[in-house]
Amino acid sequence: MILSLLWFIVLILAFTSVGVMLVRDWRWLIILLAVQYGGMFILALQHWPIGMAAVKVIAGWMSAAILGMTRSNLVDDQNDNDALPQGRLFRLIAAFIVILIVTSGAPLVDAMMADAGLAVSAGSLLLIGMGLLHLGVTDRVLQVTIGLMTIIAGFEILYTAVESSVLVAALLAVVNLGLALAGSYLMIASSAREAEST
Amino acid sequence: MNAPTIWIILPAVIAVLLMLINNQRALSLIGGGTAILLAIFAQFVPIEEAFRLNTLSFKIESSMNVLGRSLLIQPEEGTLLALIYGSAALWFFGAEASRTSQKIVPIGLLITAFMVAAIAVEPFLFAALFIEVAVLLAIPMLTSIYKPPGKGIIRFLIYQTLAMPFLLLSGWLLAGVESSPGNLALAAQSASILGLGFAFLFAIFPLYNWIPMLLEEAPPFIVGFLLWLLPTITVIFGAGFIDRYSWLRTSPQLATALQLAGIIMIVTGGLWAAFQRHIGRIMAYGSVAETGLSLLALSLDLRLGIPILFLLLPARALTLVVWSFSLTLLKDRSETLRFSSVRGMLRTSPFASIGLVIASLSTSGFPLLAGFPSRLALWDSLARVSLVTALWMGVGIVGMFIASFRTLAVLSMADEYSSWDVSENLLQGIMLGLGVIGIFVLGLFPQTVQYFLSDLPGMFEHLGR
Repeated sequence: MILSLLWFIVLILAFTSVGVMLVRDWRWLIILLAVQYGGMFILALQHWPIGMAAVKVIAGWMSAAILGMTRSNLVDDQNDNDALPQGRLFRLIAAFIVILIVTSGAPLVDAMMADAGLAVSAGSLLLIGMGLLHLGVTDRVLQVTIGLMTIIAGFEILYTAVESSVLVAALLAVVNLGLALAGSYLMIASSAREAEST
Repeated sequence: MNAPTIWIILPAVIAVLLMLINNQRALSLIGGGTAILLAIFAQFVPIEEAFRLNTLSFKIESSMNVLGRSLLIQPEEGTLLALIYGSAALWFFGAEASRTSQKIVPIGLLITAFMVAAIAVEPFLFAALFIEVAVLLAIPMLTSIYKPPGKGIIRFLIYQTLAMPFLLLSGWLLAGVESSPGNLALAAQSASILGLGFAFLFAIFPLYNWIPMLLEEAPPFIVGFLLWLLPTITVIFGAGFIDRYSWLRTSPQLATALQLAGIIMIVTGGLWAAFQRHIGRIMAYGSVAETGLSLLALSLDLRLGIPILFLLLPARALTLVVWSFSLTLLKDRSETLRFSSVRGMLRTSPFASIGLVIASLSTSGFPLLAGFPSRLALWDSLARVSLVTALWMGVGIVGMFIASFRTLAVLSMADEYSSWDVSENLLQGIMLGLGVIGIFVLGLFPQTVQYFLSDLPGMFEHLGR
């Protein structure tokens, strides 16, 4: 039962991380990011007590809220609302390749990481892979920030299996919030050009 | 009272308070004064020993517990703290003259405090988290909220952030290798992950493309500060890894990898600099080559390499502060830092031009200048290990020399009848003059810094002994 739940969570992570790459509407990006942190919370529960795992989901949701609130105050960019983003097929194929790599690499990583659990390793690798792919196909500040947060979320899932320090949990939460704040700052700065040109 | 409170929490609190001040001069003086006081305190007040001041007697504890882990500043690290805060003071005092005080002083002091925390945290591999926080703090310092960020800043954020997971994971894997040294597959995996982490953090070829981009987009004085602080702390963090794990310390493959990475950095940095037409990008590649020198020093027999590594640090700090300050002044007076824009500026900005050329020559290893003693020692030691590598180091240095002389030629290429018109103010002239004198003093009398540097290897358990 629990194992099935974990694999269901991995499936949700696959859906959200691929979705983050495909959608252009920032509202959907933020919603998918928030769902991703929910999935991360359940995977982190496999190794951490609920109190510490909750730090991750709260920090993640706060980060998503920071990004969303900043983006909502900026002028809408035409490209952001594009329902059918260009290169969607390419991204889907690339995401499929990442999923294949994760499928073959997860058992190896599971063995390497002190038996973290196959579902935990797979979920973690999936987020890391999709985050890296996301960074490779975009240079927009919001997308780059979400890509970095996805990679760190994947890493955090894996790291819960080997490290249970409160200091690390706190610092990783600070890093997540810091990334969201840095992303928001850069988004506002980017909008300076748009405001100038309009 | 404990050492982490004095050298981490206190400067962090002062930095936050400084954010409330708008006056450039007050910021520069308070920030610089704080850094100098912290440096003097670090050098002369012993840690974990009773210290008597008239009738008062007090003792500074070395550690502080934070969330179940500890921040530990060992007595041997006092000199390193003095070097870090002393060098930071150079930037803070120069900030007013370069009109960057409002950003570099408060945020720079906060970043410095986090970097000191990175050195102090136990277990030491958690340093990667503190470095990442410092990188995130650097974002508002590098770019204005009123100006769109360039690609350099985005790449800086991406590359430096990617380093953190690799380093944290490698730290855990390395502990596994330590407990089962026969597991070669695990050793190879952990070494690869460690290498990737440091490649991102050190900006090793080809991951350094954000440095020249950043110098085109952001204020040179602020970028110079980061190009000094980040590699300096990273190299100490990296040396800590080598010190901690005996299998890593004795691995011949590590020495080869460091040597290869270092020489590629020097050669590409030198050659790319030689072909640049932008004086900011020349500084970027100079800094890349300088990082390569640090890696080469780490690749040598560590009894020899560690003293050379520490000899590189003060020269790097002083050279970069003069170089970035000069660039800032030239940028204020020309449209861009391209050769076509700064042509003939020796006549209008003589102090900045001279500072720029001297700093550039010092990085090239020109005799009598600050960079010369460390490069000579490194070159000599390297030639004993591998003549071919020493030859390649020479190629990189020649590249840097070409860049320096091209810069000198462009800056002095004024129209025949243009008159001398000094545009720098007195404060800027004095700051640059002192910096250039400092570069000559470090070059002519390298033994002056030996007083500080001789104790530094003591901070490691195994290295440099």
